[in-house]
Amino acid sequence: MKTPTLIILTLLCAAGAYILVRNRASDIAYRAGKKPALHSLPYYYGMLSALWCALPCLLIVFVWTVLDDYAVHAAIVNLLPESVQALPASEIDLVVNTVINLALYPNALLSSSTPDYLIQAGQDYLRWQQLSQLSLTVVVLVSLFLAFSLCWARIKPKVKARQQVERIFQWALLLCASIAILTTIGIVLSVLFESLRFFQSVSFFEFIFGTHWSPQTALRIDQVGASGAFGAVPLFVGTLLISFIAMLIAVPVGLMSAIYLSEYATPQLRAIVKPMLEILAGIPSVVYGFFAALTVAPFIRQSGGFLGLEVSSESALAAGLVMGVMIIPFVSSLSDDVLKAVPQSLRDGSLGLGATQSETIKRVVIPAALPGIVSGVLLAASRAIGETMIVVMAAGLAAHLTVNPLESVTTITVQIVTLLVGDQEFDSPKTLSAFALGLMLFTVTLALNYVALYVVRQYREEYE
Amino acid sequence: MNSKSGYNRLFDPMAETGQALDFSQHGLGQKTVGNPFSVKAKMSVRNLNVYYDDKQAIHDVSLDINRNEVMAMIGPSGCGKSTFLRCLNRMNDTIENCNVNGEVTLDEQDIYHKKQDVVPLRARVGIVFQKPNPFPKSIYENVAYGPKVHGLVSRRAQLDEIVEDSLRKASLWDEVKDRLFSPGTGLSGGQQQRLCIARTIAVSPEVILMDEPCSALDPIATARIEELMAELSQNFTIAIVTHSMQQAARVSSRTAYFHMGRLIEVNDTRRVFTNPEHELTEAYITGRFG
Amino acid sequence: MRKASHKSSTAKVPSTIDLVNRNLAKRKRAEWRFRVYGIGAILFGFICLLILFTDIISKGHGAFFKTQIHLQIHFNPQRLQVLQPGAIEQFNNANYDNVIQDALFADNARISPALLSAVDKRQLLSLISTGAVYSLRETLTDSPGVLNQSVGVWLTVDDDVDNYVKSLAHGGEGYTGRLSQQQQSWVNRWIENGQVRQTFNTTFFTSGDSREPEQAGIRSALMGSLYMLLVTIGLSFPIGIAAAVYLEEYAPINRVTDFIEVNINNLAAVPSIIFGLLGLAIFIGFFDMPRSVPLVGGLVLTLMTLPTIIISSRAAIKAVPSSIRDAAYGLGASKMQVVLHHVLPLAMPGVLTGAIIGFAQALGETAPLLMIGMVAFIVDVPADLMDPSSALPVQIFLWSDSPERAFVERTSAAIMVLLAFLISMNGLAVWLRHRLGRSHQ
Repeated sequence: MKTPTLIILTLLCAAGAYILVRNRASDIAYRAGKKPALHSLPYYYGMLSALWCALPCLLIVFVWTVLDDYAVHAAIVNLLPESVQALPASEIDLVVNTVINLALYPNALLSSSTPDYLIQAGQDYLRWQQLSQLSLTVVVLVSLFLAFSLCWARIKPKVKARQQVERIFQWALLLCASIAILTTIGIVLSVLFESLRFFQSVSFFEFIFGTHWSPQTALRIDQVGASGAFGAVPLFVGTLLISFIAMLIAVPVGLMSAIYLSEYATPQLRAIVKPMLEILAGIPSVVYGFFAALTVAPFIRQSGGFLGLEVSSESALAAGLVMGVMIIPFVSSLSDDVLKAVPQSLRDGSLGLGATQSETIKRVVIPAALPGIVSGVLLAASRAIGETMIVVMAAGLAAHLTVNPLESVTTITVQIVTLLVGDQEFDSPKTLSAFALGLMLFTVTLALNYVALYVVRQYREEYE
Repeated sequence: MNSKSGYNRLFDPMAETGQALDFSQHGLGQKTVGNPFSVKAKMSVRNLNVYYDDKQAIHDVSLDINRNEVMAMIGPSGCGKSTFLRCLNRMNDTIENCNVNGEVTLDEQDIYHKKQDVVPLRARVGIVFQKPNPFPKSIYENVAYGPKVHGLVSRRAQLDEIVEDSLRKASLWDEVKDRLFSPGTGLSGGQQQRLCIARTIAVSPEVILMDEPCSALDPIATARIEELMAELSQNFTIAIVTHSMQQAARVSSRTAYFHMGRLIEVNDTRRVFTNPEHELTEAYITGRFG
Repeated sequence: MRKASHKSSTAKVPSTIDLVNRNLAKRKRAEWRFRVYGIGAILFGFICLLILFTDIISKGHGAFFKTQIHLQIHFNPQRLQVLQPGAIEQFNNANYDNVIQDALFADNARISPALLSAVDKRQLLSLISTGAVYSLRETLTDSPGVLNQSVGVWLTVDDDVDNYVKSLAHGGEGYTGRLSQQQQSWVNRWIENGQVRQTFNTTFFTSGDSREPEQAGIRSALMGSLYMLLVTIGLSFPIGIAAAVYLEEYAPINRVTDFIEVNINNLAAVPSIIFGLLGLAIFIGFFDMPRSVPLVGGLVLTLMTLPTIIISSRAAIKAVPSSIRDAAYGLGASKMQVVLHHVLPLAMPGVLTGAIIGFAQALGETAPLLMIGMVAFIVDVPADLMDPSSALPVQIFLWSDSPERAFVERTSAAIMVLLAFLISMNGLAVWLRHRLGRSHQ
């Protein structure tokens, strides 16, 4: 049986077990005229047996499928002539792929020049696979049978079916919750390992403090500076420049609109304006990128030319401006939350002394909300630094070390995308440098997020 | 309110003897008894009605508050006494759905006049709230806040003087003079409330409104504030809302009794507590409800 | 008021109220300025929104229409190289270019007797889309009877002609682009003869990517996005709810729970491209999954949306009044029963609202998909989760890089389609939130 069929079969069996066991338990429990004779309600016994049927079998299928590839791979390698086995690992992989493809699509690929041993290995591969699939089917069927008979025998008053089901339920929930941790570990491991490999060929300090970035130069091994230059300072500066421009737009506009909405606007106005502003947040960044590259950048270039300024067509200003617009609703909704958390009694205290509304806001509300606002700004900054599509589409590719917003700069995210999109081999420093950049990006945004979340948590505790 | 009186009837021993009065409706349509008017009024209120959306919170209240007197407002909770107090310096403006009509004058000036600005009004009529609400700033900054926003001083020395003077008047100076620059929120509840009083008098208002200023405080702190009120009444006109009849009796010269948004009775404090004219007042001060 | 203040002033220094009044005008102006800043900030946001939408719609609306010209096509079996009568399979490999060529030359000869040079011929031919042969094939396959007959057919034109005709319709000079004088005059003549029409651009919705703008469509990208969204919904919704239930209802208050919480909050703010790196290193590098397939894209988007869904689900679960839990526990319900029968149904509208917003984010996400190789040039519509495919936002990214003017139009139109999806999803969420608000009152 094929794997999907097996999975469906398993699920069907589980459903069947549920019905059968539940009915049986129900018979036992409610024998005429007696008190319920089981510990739990019948459907708990049903659920328990369904779980016992499904979970182990699905686990077996999953593990089997993962291991199958490795086992078959090893088996094929063993079947190959020794001369082939002596080849380096990457070439053996290629041969194995050829074998598999030959076996699967003989009509398309087979030709008279195909070496015999490949055909032979292909035949063996097919046989291996059949065998593997057959044994999997047998194992699954046997375990289904075992699980079912075990559960059938355990419809007894002693068995605390409800507790067991609840325990399994709770473990399943815990498993789901821990995916967040697994994701973090996955991120850390994936960027860290590749980065470490990168730092074996390029020194960490050169990467952090070097001012020259041109990873693309390594065309020939014997070329001068063949490994490219990996000084990331121009990228850091470019990222900060664009983020700074974005924050320059987003923070005042976002903060002022939050203030107006939470302090001045009537509920009716608020109910209309807030969702409208949130549309800005719902627009995907690729749309902003398109807008920045095709509308804003040419506009800035033309107006710059009008004023007699030399503006690059991929100016940092265009990307920063549009990014700022994108982040406005983000700043505004975070600030709105913290402003709302400031107790009304503080406003009353100030207004009762005769302060005007703006004085109250500037001198009491904002200072009181400052930690929250700061954390919102930090989160917005982390977003600006990690924003990808706008800069990929509207900022430059070449690394210039400049803080002139009219010139073209490149950013960390732009470089990650350009280095990793397209064909790549996993062991060139060029590819690995993308992971080192990813590590930098992750570290910086993580630090910003952590500080921001910590500050805002303290702030919430103060007023709750 | 109806249900409440029903509830009272259930548990009131008199209910069983059939003597209980239905206070909820009794006598509410009548005019205020006692002396609501005076010739030397600092503030006077005429025919005041307040609505929250459709709900009427104050019904046709007229009352004068004299210069340098302590006027106490008492009544069961929800009777509208706090709403009334907040009308006196237009703090109700901050509440979205609150509607005020009628006339309130301060020194014969209508404070609800179109051209009246709330800023100078509130500088003249200060307010102290139920819960101490010091700003999250230093003690000094809390007291200096009013003078600063109103631009009352031009030099730091003047400001220092006002801060010290206000803290002394609020009898808080001795307790905080060594830590003027520590946060006001770090003080005890009673101290915080005195800080708020100091903050209010730093602007030297003419009238101080107090909205149950001691309800969040312990008895000792309450006693200090009451002492303070007696002192303050020499320089300021004070209107205080309180849920404690004893407090009203101790601090005020006149007392107004509110019931379900109506002003039932106004008289000298002693008269109200010893010989009330209205049966609702009597019922309240003898503890039949409240 | 001045009079009153004099009465109350006690000393020679100016009284409080005098000082207050002296500064009043200045303070009123400051207040007014502050309000203006606030309104200005909101207006700025609105204007940006307005410019963005106007820009995209004005650039993209044209892509929903395509230009066609009417030609009299003679399905000549010799020229088509369909020699055996009745063999329908031959229609697939027939030479339709020949009949189009004949029709064009005949059309031209009808009006101007002058013979065409070789260059002219090539120029004339290039006015018709290279995709026109497919529509002819369809015509012939649908009704084999037209063989050897002359039929009037509407043929899609090349994108340059399309641009030219559309820009003429807007008035003014007309955008000539790469069209030569001669080509323009041909097109003008067709327009005069009423041989040109604009029709709804079905190609845009029914075909995949193409190098030729007039043949390019969003079908494959849309299907890719749909598959990915299915994977994301199928995984992140149950897992997200389960995690939220665990954290709100089961988790003991200890370090581990705290750590999970901090983790989730942090993950929600990690840049999406980092999730792409994770997908590249783990799913493709470690698990050896293929590139460019919706399954991997869906997995990456799942990991990315999970934190959002967990956070909003937790808020919704937290909002369920504890009195309901107490009531159920009081009746002897077990924890699982309380959660499944009482808490979750009540929290569901809130959970759904948050989840839909998360899915909308996932639908618009591009950067992580670039990392896992979903930038390939995909013509075919993906048939399942393991077929290489593109995604709508990635398609937008790819097209926006193409120099042809017609691709700008198509990019904008694709953006309009994407935004339509996102706005309806968000609208659904707002509607749900609204309904939730009412049902709780």
